[in-house]
Amino acid sequence: MHDYQYDHQTVKGFIVSSIFWGVVGIVVGLWISIQMWKPELNIPPYFTFGRMRVVHTNGLAIGLGIGAIFGISYYIVMRLARRPLLFPKLARFHLYLFNAAVALAALSLFAGMNQTLEYAELEWPLDIGVVILWVMFAVNVFGTIIKRKEEQMYISLWYIIATVIAVAILYIVNNLAVPAGMTKSYPVFAGVNSANVQWWYGHNAVGFIFTTPILAMFYYFLPKSTGLPIYSHRLSIVAFWSLVFAYLWTGAHHLVYTPLPDWIQTLAIVFTLFLIAPSWGSVVNGYYTVGSDWSKMQTNYLTKFFIMGITFYGLQTVQGPTQAIRVVSQLIHYTDWVPGHVHMGTMGWVTMTTAASIYHIIPKIYNTEIYSIKVANTHFWLVLIGQLMFSITMWITGIQQGALWKATNADGSLKYTFMEGLAKNYPFWQLRTVAGVIFTVGMLFFIYNIYMTIRKGRALAASQA
Amino acid sequence: MAGELYRKPIMFAIVATVVILVGTIVTMFYPMFTEGMHPKLDNLKPYTALQLAGKDIYMREGCNNCHTQTVRPLKTEVMRYGEYSKAGEFAYDRPFLWGSKRTGPDLARIGGKYPDAWHYQHFENPQAFFAQSNMPKYGWLKDRKLDPAVSESHMKVNGFPYTAEDIGGLAAKSELDALVAYMQVIGTAVAKKVAPAAAAAAEERNPLEGDERAHERGEVVYKQYCDACHGDDGKGGIGPSLTDTTWLNKEGDIGDGRIYEIIANGTPNGMPPYANQLDKDKIWSLVSYIRHEQHKNK
Ligand code: HEM
Ligand code: HEM
Repeated sequence: MHDYQYDHQTVKGFIVSSIFWGVVGIVVGLWISIQMWKPELNIPPYFTFGRMRVVHTNGLAIGLGIGAIFGISYYIVMRLARRPLLFPKLARFHLYLFNAAVALAALSLFAGMNQTLEYAELEWPLDIGVVILWVMFAVNVFGTIIKRKEEQMYISLWYIIATVIAVAILYIVNNLAVPAGMTKSYPVFAGVNSANVQWWYGHNAVGFIFTTPILAMFYYFLPKSTGLPIYSHRLSIVAFWSLVFAYLWTGAHHLVYTPLPDWIQTLAIVFTLFLIAPSWGSVVNGYYTVGSDWSKMQTNYLTKFFIMGITFYGLQTVQGPTQAIRVVSQLIHYTDWVPGHVHMGTMGWVTMTTAASIYHIIPKIYNTEIYSIKVANTHFWLVLIGQLMFSITMWITGIQQGALWKATNADGSLKYTFMEGLAKNYPFWQLRTVAGVIFTVGMLFFIYNIYMTIRKGRALAASQA
Repeated sequence: MAGELYRKPIMFAIVATVVILVGTIVTMFYPMFTEGMHPKLDNLKPYTALQLAGKDIYMREGCNNCHTQTVRPLKTEVMRYGEYSKAGEFAYDRPFLWGSKRTGPDLARIGGKYPDAWHYQHFENPQAFFAQSNMPKYGWLKDRKLDPAVSESHMKVNGFPYTAEDIGGLAAKSELDALVAYMQVIGTAVAKKVAPAAAAAAEERNPLEGDERAHERGEVVYKQYCDACHGDDGKGGIGPSLTDTTWLNKEGDIGDGRIYEIIANGTPNGMPPYANQLDKDKIWSLVSYIRHEQHKNK
């Protein structure tokens, strides 16, 4: 147990850091959600919606998402390789560099240094930082796996390896740019081509940051915390390879009805529909795993987090392909429907599954139990209610927007001005802020629980020493 | 044999890389080498130094988070915004700025739609134009000067042509000037289409003549769409007065039918067309209102 101690501190460091950046990102999320119905909350130059929205998305995707992925992947890799990390000091340095990079990223986005590529907003010096961080991660992951003490590589390792490779390719290609000073660059790709590269990247950033590493967590922690083996190994194999294959073809479903050549759009839509299959491969695997003993839903408090998480993943992966179909895209593209979709995935699947993994890891590191199952249950219900309310209000207002934009009078003229449509969003946007507050309170319960567990663990360690 | 793969991490990584690259090559890499991905309209011009500076500010402020720049080929969308976007319009955009969310309206055809003065006042206070707008105020940009040296380096990286005067002239310009210049060039490589409803234009005389309430209905519409530019009671502002005796910069009245046409189709000098937003009855009620105000003024 002792060799692991140093590495566990690094894992914990990543988890605590990701929670910290998560809080920052969520507070910014609440703020921009209010700006949408109360423009007085825009305080130029730094705190306007246009600048803060990217702080929100990057703060949560990189700070919360990637931070948790680094830490939790290290934990999973060590367990499945049955050995400590190959380069523990490198991992520790990785942690420091990660925090420095996220801090600089947030500041630079507030300052308006923005490449204007969605989810690739950071300017080139920070891009280089991100690549260095990723190489450090890759070296430790591959090194530790190669020197492993367990012959078979378990499913979670496949997903982690795929993540490491895919993100490296995606990130480097989409960020190729010619610098024009330290804080500004112009991409090498222009016009239609730049759109195609960007959404090849954008959709797969969702695929390989919000999907594959989270599936790695799901496949590892669900059996660990329930004690039930994964239902079907063969299904895992089929689902893995078809997911990793199909994802890369689908980016252009973000560009339906744009000037992008039709054949790329259509190909993307077809592969997008196919994507339901591998996604549901994992959903079915999850359900059948717990299906061998549903009483775990009551007896083990973490089971419901994982089952709810994979359920939202399942809904997300049916909704996504639906959105890609031309007739549906026509109605909901550019509307608030899309943030509704996005937050079901990020709040319901990513944050839910990550939080549950952290609930598993922290007590394990300290050799103790979670501080309070009751607090964890309160956390669960609040984030669930907050997330559902967020998504449902946005779906309603999104459909309404789409319909108002299309409505015509008997003589063929447009029925509503843009402003009339906008004004109808306000009550829904206000409700969305309420939903965000509920979700945030839920997250505070989570943080309190983790904090108290760490305190308990420290006291225990001190008493044993 | 297949089971071996899950015991050999390096082999596994190589296979995974290949699997990931297939879709990448077919949908992203290969198209890059086809002509279809690099179209350019004949009359598309590179950005001037001032326009490029404006585009950089658009990117810095993240305007793309609320505004799209691509009109889809859908009937109502073309009616609302104008001609649908063509692939060849974006050759000088690095990167593309199509966006993915319309919290505000699309801007693909904003160039030339309004006069400059409209943009200045709108950036200063969007709520003065549309009380319910949630757009932030951007008047503060007028206090920030452009840096010619920076602009020059940006022009160079993009490979856009410029002269020393172009660059020198920037020193006197504010960021707001640049942003307005950028607004005015967006989407102008495609000719404006005459609005489809224009054909349905004018009877010579107002069919609502004799309807005592028509001007009251017109006033409601006026307050919603017109007074931001033409002022309270048609006294004038960004746009000309509607109650004096000058029309289209010339002394002398024009007929009701002509007024209808201007409202429906707009003018080349910055009056936007309303045929797609206002039905016939509303446009005629505006004509009634204008005549009513004119009469009061006599
Ligand atoms: C209190 C919680 C949250 C609130 C109030 C909130 C609010 C918002 C708002 C107002 C937007 C902009 C929507 C628009 O432009 O119309 C947004 C976008 C986004 N948020 Fe959140 N958010 C929250 C939590 C999260 C979490 C936990 C994540 C990720 C882990 C996340 C990821 C994103 C992403 C990726 C987008 C961009 C969506 C798109 O481009 O369509 N948010 N959020
Ligand atoms: C098979 C699975 C999925 C498919 C096919 C899919 C498909 C789509 C489509 C078509 C859009 C564009 C909607 C539009 O603008 O018209 C979209 C947007 C988005 N989806 Fe999904 N989705 C899937 C799963 C997920 C998951 C699991 C997440 C996150 C956890 C997610 C997060 C997002 C985000 C962040 C966007 C917004 C991108 C933006 O506009 O900035 N999606 N998705």
